[in-house]
Amino acid sequence: MGAESSKISGAVGTAFPHESSRLHVTGHATYTDDIPEPQEILHLAVGMSSNPHARIANLDLSAVSAAPGVAYVMTADDIPGSNNCGPVLDDDPILAPGLVQYAGQAVFAVAATTVDAARKAARLAVIDYESLPPVLDIREAVAQGSFVLPTERIVRGDSSGAIAGARHRLSGSVDLGGQDQFYLEGQVALALPKEDGDIFVYSSTQHPGEVQHLVAGAIGKQSKDVVVECRRMGGAFGGKESQAALIACIAALMAAKTGKACKLRLDRDVDMLMTGKRHDFAIDYEVGFDESGRIAGVEFMFASRCGMSADLSGAINDRTMFHCDNAYFLENVTIVSHRCKTNTVSNTAFRGFGGPQGMFGIEIVVDEIARYLKIDSLAVRRRNFYGIGTRDVTQYRQKIEDNVIHDIVDSLVESSAYESRVAALREFNAASDVLKKGIALTPVKFGISFTATHLNQAGALVHVYTDGTVHLNHGGTEMGQGLFTKVAQVVAEELQIDIEQIKITASDTSKVPNASATAASSGADLNGMAAQAAARKIKGRLVEFAAAHFSVTEQEIKFSKNKVHAGDNVVSFAELAHLAWFARVSLSATGYYRTPRINYDRATFSGRPFFYFAYGAAVAEVIIDTLTGENRLLRVDILHDCGRSLNPAIDLGQIEGGFVQGAGWLTSEQLWWNEAGELKTHAPSTYKIPLSSDVPAEFNVRMFDSPNPEKTIYRSKAVGEPPLMLSLSVFHAIRDAVASVSNYTVHPHLHAPATPEAVLVAVMAQHSSA
Amino acid sequence: MASAKAAGREIRRCVRFILDDEVVTIKHPDPTRTVLQYLREDLQRTGTKEGCAEGDCGACTVVVAEVDDTGTRLQARAINSCIQFLPTLDGKELLTVESLRDANSNLHPAQQAMIECHGSQCGFCTPGFVMSLFALYKNNANPGRREVDEALAGNLCRCTGYNPIVAAAREMYRESSDTEDWRYQAGDGQAGKDEKRRIAMLRKIERDGPLQVTADKRQFLAPRDINALADLLLQYPSATLLAGGTDVGLWVTKQHRVLDTIIYTGDVAELTRATCTETHLEIGSAVTLTDAMPLLLEHYPSLTELFIRFASPPIRNAGTLGGNIANGSPIGDTMPALLALRTQLTLRKGDETRILPLADFYLAYQETALRKGEFVERILIPLPTHDVRVESYKISKRFDQDISAVCAAFSLQLEGNRVAAFVAAFGGMAAIPARALNCERALVGQQWNSESIAAAMNALDEDFTPLSDMRASAAYRQQVSKNLLQRFFLASGSARSAGVYHYGR
Repeated sequence: MGAESSKISGAVGTAFPHESSRLHVTGHATYTDDIPEPQEILHLAVGMSSNPHARIANLDLSAVSAAPGVAYVMTADDIPGSNNCGPVLDDDPILAPGLVQYAGQAVFAVAATTVDAARKAARLAVIDYESLPPVLDIREAVAQGSFVLPTERIVRGDSSGAIAGARHRLSGSVDLGGQDQFYLEGQVALALPKEDGDIFVYSSTQHPGEVQHLVAGAIGKQSKDVVVECRRMGGAFGGKESQAALIACIAALMAAKTGKACKLRLDRDVDMLMTGKRHDFAIDYEVGFDESGRIAGVEFMFASRCGMSADLSGAINDRTMFHCDNAYFLENVTIVSHRCKTNTVSNTAFRGFGGPQGMFGIEIVVDEIARYLKIDSLAVRRRNFYGIGTRDVTQYRQKIEDNVIHDIVDSLVESSAYESRVAALREFNAASDVLKKGIALTPVKFGISFTATHLNQAGALVHVYTDGTVHLNHGGTEMGQGLFTKVAQVVAEELQIDIEQIKITASDTSKVPNASATAASSGADLNGMAAQAAARKIKGRLVEFAAAHFSVTEQEIKFSKNKVHAGDNVVSFAELAHLAWFARVSLSATGYYRTPRINYDRATFSGRPFFYFAYGAAVAEVIIDTLTGENRLLRVDILHDCGRSLNPAIDLGQIEGGFVQGAGWLTSEQLWWNEAGELKTHAPSTYKIPLSSDVPAEFNVRMFDSPNPEKTIYRSKAVGEPPLMLSLSVFHAIRDAVASVSNYTVHPHLHAPATPEAVLVAVMAQHSSA
Repeated sequence: MASAKAAGREIRRCVRFILDDEVVTIKHPDPTRTVLQYLREDLQRTGTKEGCAEGDCGACTVVVAEVDDTGTRLQARAINSCIQFLPTLDGKELLTVESLRDANSNLHPAQQAMIECHGSQCGFCTPGFVMSLFALYKNNANPGRREVDEALAGNLCRCTGYNPIVAAAREMYRESSDTEDWRYQAGDGQAGKDEKRRIAMLRKIERDGPLQVTADKRQFLAPRDINALADLLLQYPSATLLAGGTDVGLWVTKQHRVLDTIIYTGDVAELTRATCTETHLEIGSAVTLTDAMPLLLEHYPSLTELFIRFASPPIRNAGTLGGNIANGSPIGDTMPALLALRTQLTLRKGDETRILPLADFYLAYQETALRKGEFVERILIPLPTHDVRVESYKISKRFDQDISAVCAAFSLQLEGNRVAAFVAAFGGMAAIPARALNCERALVGQQWNSESIAAAMNALDEDFTPLSDMRASAAYRQQVSKNLLQRFFLASGSARSAGVYHYGR
């Protein structure tokens, strides 16, 4: 099989366009807020806390209730079931029950006849607060022992002994900012009351199953009483994994209370104030190393801002600990991970899920070693790469069996002309006083699987109709990443029918139950396999039937390009489907998949959490203005490992999009709180994600086309998250440019994001230390 | 209504515009209902999306077509429907993403190219991008990468990293068609039959007289001439004066303010004109930034980067130079440059007109010298003399479509190497856009060299005590304001453009 021999439309391995692309460009793709509204719908708005930490002494909602168009005002007291929308611990109130823990927290909700009436009314509350001391800073939280979850450690070998015995030692600290997901479609849910108190929810969510469970809990019902559906999201990036539940719970509670359809669509500012983001971190490190730059021992302290509740912070910070090796063998290592409780919004999943922050830590260490030894950082990186057959066990005791980082880096060094460009850039800098260039190559090794082993399962549902068309459903969700396209390609390939014959349908908790979140880059790996299993069941029945019907052996049945060959007989797939139905053969099947080979003991942080690893590397070149700190990306070269790509166009989109999103995280995207604990960057006017003009004209991307040695769907590899971390090259290129100010004699002390201000501060430190 | 006397012309009491070849008439539109609300909530025409409701993400981009100044051509411009009030559409044609398909449901080349180049992932920003690409298609037959970037500066995409969209912007010109249909003709070639038909339709809904529409005792007034405007402002001195709506729109969508009387300047003939006299550029206060730009840049090409980086095309297509000035924001992008150019304003109240230097216009934070019932009529910008060097530098976290942390402008006249005249003006450094008088004094009469520049940089400490906020710290603002003066000094005598903006493109 494979792309070349196959002639169906949308075959696996072809650059088939996104299944909704025609609907996207014509404006006819239906997002949750576009669903035709039922009569007498009520629109909701949320009243937020303006105080980061306080008891509510008095909540006067009389003006809210009296405002024009208002139908109902809801507080925590009105919740019949569980006042919780937390995914892991029950520590995330839907509406604050007398205690507010961050500025922006939902305190009450209003239902009114129009969006405008609801939002206007929500501003009329009079809330008296008894302020409590807030914790607003990560290091302050560490000092106070303010944590949402216990501190965790991974220890291997004797790091302190190795550091003490090493020829050279370095230590330092660096701050790493968070990031808003900034999906273009804000959080939204539409809840419809059904008979007998049931609720149907259209939710823009990566995790319909969890929304179902939390909604049922909130309205005091059970999972069977709630159905959640999501056809597509206008972007999510992790921000609609756990965070969508709050919005859906409020909409469902209001629908249950009023008996009317209720829609809650957050305004952008409210969305950014109320929902969680990527964790910002404070990182300390100490490292000992030899003359060649090889690390003898390293110790890390990672402290993250989890915000007011645990949310997914446990798994996120675990992934930080799993990825602070990146592609490097850390023989003697101690990792301490603090999960800080702060009076800010509860931080959550975002593409990479803690991995990027871990990699950020080790890449700083490696770069610092190179600058100390005055050798090219690429040499230090290579010196510390995991070996093949040696030095190949991670700090969590997983043996790495699929290491391709050496090949990738060698190939990229050549294709990007890295070495000659380093030389050219040094010449440029010697002749340029104000503008300075920098370059860096950074690798990525990213573990694929949910670290919570039980989540690595998926289900699918496939129907074949008598006209040969197919209804496809699975537990994954479409947020733009192309999952629905890829899974449809898998089914098209399996049944050998054109992809146009397959109807891709909305994620729906009543079709596939108990699905995991579409997260951890796992969507195509899990759901592709589940859908393939379902299609194979039906195909198996068709083969059996056709063999009997045409009196040939099963080996003589061949599916090819919308046709089925049975010995010398040829029928269309549609004809065979009709014949099979007529002969009373079931044409509907579920498919199920669980990831093999993984097992992992969280108590000891050891085992095999990851089925396999995805690899990549990037070279970035930048220019900075040493008078202002302004910086621009000049050129990018990427080589990324997608295994055998299911769809090269979609995978290219993930690589480029992930890289640019990561570059935004590390440069222009800054979350800024004032001293009162209020986030002041809560709209695109103040929070700056990259624009077209920020992307360099010279942007070379290649895929490392090599089949996944593990038996994944068509030997492809997950591609959602790993490319984001290729953007670490941008940050290190800026560091390199900063270091040129002192002619590479002073280490650059640059915090992320590298805003013009952060860069200028680092440049000035070069002058003053030189 | 007092201005019913205005030339005795008929008052129109409904809003009329064209959508999908039909004249839409709305009798009592809510004066502050946005075009986006109208499309999504009233028409259930949901292709156009809301991403931010503040004109900063472009998901809501639509195109407005009008007959241009020559009266013979249709001009298509992208705007942000989320902050555009519905009554401002009066007399125009509105095109949304749903408007682009032809009678046979063929896709527009911009749409087709977006599919072929894999330009959509989640698809939510896509209709907005399609409309910005459509506007580009209509206005430029062969854009380079930079022009594409400029055209897309108002559209955020979080999924693709932009490369496939940029590719689509090139590819759409290859989807050639021979149709007469105006929508499918790239660039501004000859006016075809369809364009003439559209112009004729627009002529039918033109109005000479004022527009007055009311809903719930709130009103939207759109006079056609300056005397009528002056009368209306005397009659309603507390009215909200609306030009492009790129700020006032947010009062409604974000602050939920209720505006009782809105007086719209966009239809006032005298205010939408710009002329060049022997000594000055005279720009009517309702001239859009898009229209003001080429005039200004013809005389001051060194301000090109500033204007290209001013907000985004949809904002510049709606927003006006007069609005940027009168709004009084301490971080408006044009004011430092206009201060450095020694701009003056013509202010009008009733029949009375006065001229005020821009430097005297700003009194305190968001407080100007405008009296009740007074409005900015024209902006008078002196033409350059050959020996004056003018530069303006904008510092922001992102290059395009961002708000300044600091914006600086300098104007220098040398006699030999002696500073004969020097103006330094800044935004983001104080509660108002302001000249740095101590800095100027430190340089005027001095030799133009590094010693005097160092002294002038230090003098900036006496001029400003900036604040810390989400855009930058006080310390950074203080330092970078000095460094921008140094940049101006270092760049003098060099043809190279200062800064990094043009690198990597």
